[in-house]
Amino acid sequence: MRIKALVIRIIRQFLRDKRTLAMMLVAPLLILTMLHLVFNGDNYIPKVGLVDAPDAVIEKLDLDDAKITEYDSLRSAKADATAQEIDGYLVFDGPMPDHIVLEGSDPSVNGAVMKWIQQATKSLLPAQGQMELSVDYLHGSKDMGQFDYFGPVLLGFFAFFFVFIISGISFLRERTSGTLEKLLSSPLRKWEIVIGYVLGFGIFTMLQATLIAWYAIYILGMLMEGSFIYVLLITLMLSMTALTLGTLLSAFANNEFQMIQFIPIIIVPQFFFSGLINLDTISDWLSWLGPITPLYYAAEALRDIMVRGYGWDAIYGNMLMLAGFSAVFIVLNILALRKHRAV
Amino acid sequence: MIVSINNVSKRFGKHEVLRDINLEIQNGEIFGLLGPSGAGKTTLVRQLVGLELPSEGENHLFGQKMPSLKLIEKIGYMAQSDALYTELSAKENLEFFASLFGLNGAQRKKRILEVMELVDLSEHLNKLVTNYSGGMKRRLSLAAALLHEPELLILDEPTVGIDPVLRQSIWAGFYDLKAKGKTLIVTTHVMDEAEKCDRLGLIRDGRLIAVGTPDELKTRTGSSSVEEAFLAYGGVQHEN
Repeated sequence: MRIKALVIRIIRQFLRDKRTLAMMLVAPLLILTMLHLVFNGDNYIPKVGLVDAPDAVIEKLDLDDAKITEYDSLRSAKADATAQEIDGYLVFDGPMPDHIVLEGSDPSVNGAVMKWIQQATKSLLPAQGQMELSVDYLHGSKDMGQFDYFGPVLLGFFAFFFVFIISGISFLRERTSGTLEKLLSSPLRKWEIVIGYVLGFGIFTMLQATLIAWYAIYILGMLMEGSFIYVLLITLMLSMTALTLGTLLSAFANNEFQMIQFIPIIIVPQFFFSGLINLDTISDWLSWLGPITPLYYAAEALRDIMVRGYGWDAIYGNMLMLAGFSAVFIVLNILALRKHRAV
Repeated sequence: MIVSINNVSKRFGKHEVLRDINLEIQNGEIFGLLGPSGAGKTTLVRQLVGLELPSEGENHLFGQKMPSLKLIEKIGYMAQSDALYTELSAKENLEFFASLFGLNGAQRKKRILEVMELVDLSEHLNKLVTNYSGGMKRRLSLAAALLHEPELLILDEPTVGIDPVLRQSIWAGFYDLKAKGKTLIVTTHVMDEAEKCDRLGLIRDGRLIAVGTPDELKTRTGSSSVEEAFLAYGGVQHEN
């Protein structure tokens, strides 16, 4: 079986190149650890719901610096919070605020909502000073750290980054060393080359995905509400898009250095649109970029699993998108090989 | 007739690399393509292997038009650069290439030992290719091209970097293959090597300027060596 031969060859090469193997497996852990240690919070304009707030009270509130939605039932407010339309809501009992409910998955957003509510309600009770309101969380808790929210994105990002670079450069070397032509002067079909690469690298990708997810969750203690298997599945699917995109783009690089030049163009922008920076704070004329990047979907799915504890129903749409990206990249890879052999 | 090149031209953008080549290569001969580097030899043989398409004209191998996947199995190609995986051992490289041609198990093992014997590398079978010298890599590339016992061998500068003694033994190997009825196409820019071919095609600036046996070429130009003959043909070209 020709694909099997290709897979065995890739495994053998990998095992010989211990340093590359180490870079793929250990470097992401190192960086995650560092980020875990350095991360800090930031500011944001909160989206707050007001439930059963009398008009007279609303007039007295300081409504600047927030996007306000008014609700007359608890149920519709909760539905919007669950759908992440709003970040949280303040429930009134008569003229007085009674309690707060937060969507809760992003600690920096939680902080912003709490701070805003304190400011806004100051005018209601000037004499009594600080007011104690009870706070409920739909997801997470007040103990949730910044890293718990960013963690899933970082986990996905580093899996993507290292697989992209290593698979891209490996395939590039196959082109520049002439071995790709050697393959194409054999009866090996073009699709067999691409699938062979996906499977051969897929084994190491799977190893990496498992190691990163396990390390982040069980050693760094990243928040984990959902199932480990789903995290693994999404990380693996994301790595597949990285692998297929890496080999595809290597067709447009003439040497390793040019491959590295794809990092600021392909990798870094994905980082911005993956939810690490709140998408609402990005200009409209740029934010459309998010939905065309694989990391966007993976980050959303990973956060759904790890922070919100959702299951298959919440993630399958994102997983399909990732599978779609991989499929498109595989087809384009096969087409790119036509440059070397027409049949 | 095993190879037939009909009115083949090749352009890369405005640059014309091959111009109106017509050539037929017979079954069982060693055909040499002789010309300075940049003359278009490599472009021509890459077309025969199917790695490149002519801008005009057609290449037929075994009576069928190239490129064709069916024909690829009958061809053994050795490129100018050594297409080897340097992290792997010679044996692992050959195992991989043999599998691509459907060789497996005992048959594969046997062929690997045979070709390594032919290129005189038997004792270096398990060595990593990184530790091979330039000449050894060249011979290993040749071994890889021979693995699947192709009918037609297309060798692009097969003896570059190989010392004279070994070059002799490799040419002895070529004659053995010819004796078994195989056809060989060899490109070279070394004149004394050209003398060893059954027939020669002289290429210069993308044009096939003469075809014939070394003796014919010498007689026609009244030269005492292929080198002089080449210059005589090339000189005529310049006067035009």
